[in-house]
Amino acid sequence: MPESLTLVALLVLLASAAGLAIVLRSAVAIEKLMAVQLLGTGGAATLLLLGAATAQPALADVALLLVLLSAFSCAAFTLGEGEDPGDAAKPDEPA
Amino acid sequence: MSLVFDIALVAGLIALALHVVVTRDGRGAILGFIAFGLLLGIGWARLASVDVALTEAAIGGGLTGMLLLRAHAHLGREIAPEAMARGEPRRWLAPAIASGLVALALGAVVLAFPRPAPSLAPQAVAALETTGLGNPVTAVLLAYRAIDTLLEKIVLILALVGVWSLSRDAAWGGASQLRPAVIPEPLVFLARVLPPFGVLIAVYQVWVGADLPGGTFQAGTILAAMALLVMLAGLRPAPPTQARALRAMLAGGPALFVLVGFLGVAVAQGFLSYPEAIAKPLIVGIEAALTLSIAGTLALLVAGPPDKAPAS
Amino acid sequence: MGLTEAFTLVCVVAGAILFLAGTLGLLRFPDTLSRLHALSKADNLGLGLIVLGLLPLQASLMGGVKLVCIWLLAQLSAATATQLIAGIAARRKPGA
Repeated sequence: MPESLTLVALLVLLASAAGLAIVLRSAVAIEKLMAVQLLGTGGAATLLLLGAATAQPALADVALLLVLLSAFSCAAFTLGEGEDPGDAAKPDEPA
Repeated sequence: MSLVFDIALVAGLIALALHVVVTRDGRGAILGFIAFGLLLGIGWARLASVDVALTEAAIGGGLTGMLLLRAHAHLGREIAPEAMARGEPRRWLAPAIASGLVALALGAVVLAFPRPAPSLAPQAVAALETTGLGNPVTAVLLAYRAIDTLLEKIVLILALVGVWSLSRDAAWGGASQLRPAVIPEPLVFLARVLPPFGVLIAVYQVWVGADLPGGTFQAGTILAAMALLVMLAGLRPAPPTQARALRAMLAGGPALFVLVGFLGVAVAQGFLSYPEAIAKPLIVGIEAALTLSIAGTLALLVAGPPDKAPAS
Repeated sequence: MGLTEAFTLVCVVAGAILFLAGTLGLLRFPDTLSRLHALSKADNLGLGLIVLGLLPLQASLMGGVKLVCIWLLAQLSAATATQLIAGIAARRKPGA
């Protein structure tokens, strides 16, 4: 059972990191933010699975922090919005 | 299977680090760095250092990202975007060589580690009883090596004084302004709903830190993040840095720590040693005061130097 | 393999597949808002199924309650974050 849980944790991590790897190369800042969000949730899921696989219930606390703070980076992202003309001129979607 | 997991994690970390260094777009690099913090948190969890994983998740996944995003927004206001994008052609060469050398030296050192690694862990666990704590990490931080922790907290305050001293003369003692140009509606909602949960989780972290992974720094970081969220949404302005209550809160944690330390000279074996009977209540009390100080210091560090003149 | 273990595996694997689907959506969907939609599926259902699957493995009742709370908090913060991102996208490109 621990083996299969670790395998699933690996799959979840790979799935969310693969999205990040490809999206980080795109030119659109919001989509990078989305990929980071996905990694935050995926990371929380990975930690929960690992915690169950290795019998470390304290990992659930790390997952709790990731979930709590994932929205925080989104909020911080609004800081540069609406005042940076160079950024706003960029297209939102690559053709 | 866990070996495959670890290899994938390390490969992801290295790739992400390279991406952050190489990418030209500032905000993209910052977002990559936030993701790096999230992955690194999982890495620490894999190393069974849950205390470090908690700190990394809170600092790397939360506050550092905001600090960098704020600095980037500030730079964008002051410097034209073309000047930011333009770099000198060979500028990267010297840092690349220097970083490469450091990486090689670190690699050599890690490979030269003695095997088995020397460890004080058995002694740390064996002496746990005298502190009344259950978490060896907290015992190291607040009992065995309390002097390091105390100096760390004082360094944090010195850093804050450094940031404040960057303000213009007119704004000294005033408040920092931390608001996006447009405040979106969901941000206000988030800043109303999330802080109660954040405060609850922070209290839980301090409380559980005595016996299980957790502790003051993690809790302080969470509280700082919640305070910043409230300021960011414009629900409450940042406090003026000359306010007495604020300064008392910032200095309170280290001051209490020093006070208890000198008490140790009088009633126990020396500076920063606790009388065994009340070691745990003392440690939890210091932790509570430190949490507030850390929260205030970190929040104001991220909020930046005051740029609004004080009211009076 | 017992019934509870089978339940755990089925739920957890389904959750992992939803994360994969979220990533695929993020990469393949045509515009920003649809990609956001794919992302929120992973947040809601993916994490939810994994939490559901791990519930029978918890040693104590409080452990289970904590897992459910993590999921509920993720619902709150992820949903609001999604709104924030959508708002930024809409402001940059009116009419999207």
